[in-house]
Amino acid sequence: MSNANFTRRGLLKSSAVAGAGLAMPTIFTGAAWSFTNEPTAGTVTLGFNVPQTGPYADEGMDELRAYQLAVEHLNGEGDGGMLSTFSSKALDGAGILGNKVAFVTGDTQTKSDAARASAKSMIEKDGAIMISGGSSSGVAVAVQGLCQEAGIIFMAGLTHSNDTTGKDKKANGFRHFFNAYMSGAALAPVLEKAYGKDRKAYHLTADYTWGWTQQESIQKATEAIGWQTVNNVMTPLASTDFSSYITPVLQSGADVLILNHYGGNMVNSLTQAVQFGLRDKMVNGKQFEIVVPLYSELMAKGAGKNIEGVFGSTNWSWKLQDEGTKAFVKSFGTKYGFPPSNAAQTCYAQTLLYADAVSRAKSFNPCAVVEALQGDSSSLPGIDSAANKGFLFDGLGNGQTLYRAADHQCFKDVLVMKGKENPENEYDALEIVEVTPVKQVWYEPDNPMFAGGNLGECNPGA
Amino acid sequence: MLGLNKTDTKFLLIVIFLTLATPILLQPFAENSGLAQFNAGYPDLMQRFAIYGIFAIGFNLLFGLTGYLSFGHAAFLGVGSYSAVWMLKLLSMNVLPGILLAMVVSGLFALVIGFISLRRSGIYFSILTLAFAQMSFNLAYSVLTPLTNGETGLQLSLTDPRILDAANTSGSLPVTNLFGAAMSESYKLEFLNRVFTFNVGYYFCAILAIIAFYISLRIFRSPFGLMLRAVKSNQQRMNYTGLAARPYTLAAFVISGMYAGLAGGLLASMDPLAGAERMQWTASGEVVIMTILGGAGTLMGPVLGAGFIKYLENIFSKINEHVLHGWFSWLPDGLQDLVVWIAARFTGEGWHLTLGLMFMLVVIFLPGGLMEGGQRIGKLFRRGREDVPDDGTGNRPKPAPHVAE
Repeated sequence: MSNANFTRRGLLKSSAVAGAGLAMPTIFTGAAWSFTNEPTAGTVTLGFNVPQTGPYADEGMDELRAYQLAVEHLNGEGDGGMLSTFSSKALDGAGILGNKVAFVTGDTQTKSDAARASAKSMIEKDGAIMISGGSSSGVAVAVQGLCQEAGIIFMAGLTHSNDTTGKDKKANGFRHFFNAYMSGAALAPVLEKAYGKDRKAYHLTADYTWGWTQQESIQKATEAIGWQTVNNVMTPLASTDFSSYITPVLQSGADVLILNHYGGNMVNSLTQAVQFGLRDKMVNGKQFEIVVPLYSELMAKGAGKNIEGVFGSTNWSWKLQDEGTKAFVKSFGTKYGFPPSNAAQTCYAQTLLYADAVSRAKSFNPCAVVEALQGDSSSLPGIDSAANKGFLFDGLGNGQTLYRAADHQCFKDVLVMKGKENPENEYDALEIVEVTPVKQVWYEPDNPMFAGGNLGECNPGA
Repeated sequence: MLGLNKTDTKFLLIVIFLTLATPILLQPFAENSGLAQFNAGYPDLMQRFAIYGIFAIGFNLLFGLTGYLSFGHAAFLGVGSYSAVWMLKLLSMNVLPGILLAMVVSGLFALVIGFISLRRSGIYFSILTLAFAQMSFNLAYSVLTPLTNGETGLQLSLTDPRILDAANTSGSLPVTNLFGAAMSESYKLEFLNRVFTFNVGYYFCAILAIIAFYISLRIFRSPFGLMLRAVKSNQQRMNYTGLAARPYTLAAFVISGMYAGLAGGLLASMDPLAGAERMQWTASGEVVIMTILGGAGTLMGPVLGAGFIKYLENIFSKINEHVLHGWFSWLPDGLQDLVVWIAARFTGEGWHLTLGLMFMLVVIFLPGGLMEGGQRIGKLFRRGREDVPDDGTGNRPKPAPHVAE
């Protein structure tokens, strides 16, 4: 028996205890910080948590590109992008409040569990002061909850569920992207004009928060113009083969198929629907049609010719002609060689909006940032509502936009898009049908589709 | 001490020391040095080390002792998580009721699944357990959505009843606690330019992990454990001598399921969210890999394997191309891009590839897992000395001859 070893352990142990004792007077760092992850040493770390694997991976990679670009512009590298067109002039290209911007990235795998683990390690290990990202509303809602508990600001990336700023809204969370309700409100009149009032719709819906709320919103909006809803079938997010869901559509007597799918799911379900010949069928004496309420350039690219003539909505398009869009498309195109998707634009804008809010608040304290983003009670012109109050800005590509203080949702124009018949190249697959004015997509914070949530108090953490 | 002989006591004390000192041991690099990337001493990851350690210890009780390879253990982890979150929603933010219910429910679950699956052995048993786990996963996704909240995951909300807790007026979600000590509470210590984080949640998990380890040690040394090993070495011969193997294997299966339930309950207590993907077959496969990588049938091996995989998953996966460019910036431009491109296949989201390679190497060259590697190195240093090794390997079972058996 080697008792010597045991003694050595003992020695190690007691010296560790002694060491801890000696270090005692320097503990208390917890009390010294007024909020979680206060930046030190002239750097501020942002966490970008996007899906790099899973059905939304393409969107995630594009978001990451936009984040990198935003960080470059904040640090005064590159051509400055939308910094020059942004209506607020608090940012000067010297980082945020003089701190150089650094960032860490994480993979959400499009799963709530993995996303929270990744966000937690950003907060606990890397000292991130703000987390941004998304691409799946389930993930966004889960991470937003985590950030609220940890006392970190969450700037939602691509998340379209009503719940993100409805039932699951949080004081520390902000969303620039539009939502399912707005898609429904913008699409319905266009669909009515194109396909008439007498239609029977069949929904295929991704089975999680986004799918549920989008389906509800679209059903409500289409039923308001006289359509009937024949059926709504839930499909798991992880599915890649939708053929078994598509075969029953024709037997149902429906003449419109609404695909509440996104990313890789939508590429597969749309492609299969077209391969099954749905769009060549005549049902009830009418041409069978497909609608994809939430579009993205990357999905359009993935689905190729199949999207020709299919209606959908987006938050933004690189084809818009305002100054902000032009500046952003130019710097994104110069760096990566192709135009950005609307997911990229919302992530870029969110990063700038956060940096701007910090600069205006002159503090990284989450509560000060929340106050800055809730703004000075300015209002969107032309909307008569008590809730029309918040932070009003312009020049980030969507025209005049309001960050509404009541639920931390941005209000701006929504684009109705259509798959182009003869695209010139793979980035030209969508064309703008209509820019729906913000007035038409406005809703009150107590709208039943958004009811049940509570922002709560801002949480500065530590 | 505690019914253990001297060697085992010493072994247990070492394990206790290592577990309690984890926040210091995992933070070896100074804060601003380039190697700080490899520090792992932050609460979330340490909690995962302890929790998945428990999961793997439990799995090893079944696989290491009886040789029954369950491919559906994640189901118990998931069931445990859901039960715990429901307790947090309905009863109280104190984690104890949740953890207890998680163990009870997963134990019952294991009893049912084990009763059916253990009618078969070998590959048929594995497939049966896999089928049950996938069934649970798909149920959680579809028809059980009211209970599991589907893909979004079961989460706390402000409107939950929480009948034992005082009414929540703060407007923000309450945090999980143990009689008032919040799980997220941390105590930071700065020393030699290193920040050591002592987290309540971690120490709670760590203490449970030590208890779990102690129980597994006792089972390994008990007559019951011997019976289980008899099942592994030759079940037929055991039957011929008039012993029924089923009750023993079923007991092992239920105990193992309860370990997994405990791990699931702890996961939910540290972070009150339960998602169905915890039950997916990849999660079941992960614990198999942990156990084999570390060394099936050894006491310490599965814990090492769990730590190894969680380290790769959380630390290695964060090395993105941006970081790599930083490391290789001293290379000329073209070469730098090439090196970064190659390295990026193995880091960042490519960490699975690294894990796969490691797993292959271990299975081919160290069939006894990382533990065998450790023993071989130990032997090199101890060559010429005749005495019993002092790390507790003395009367432990020999590692399984080969994992494929």
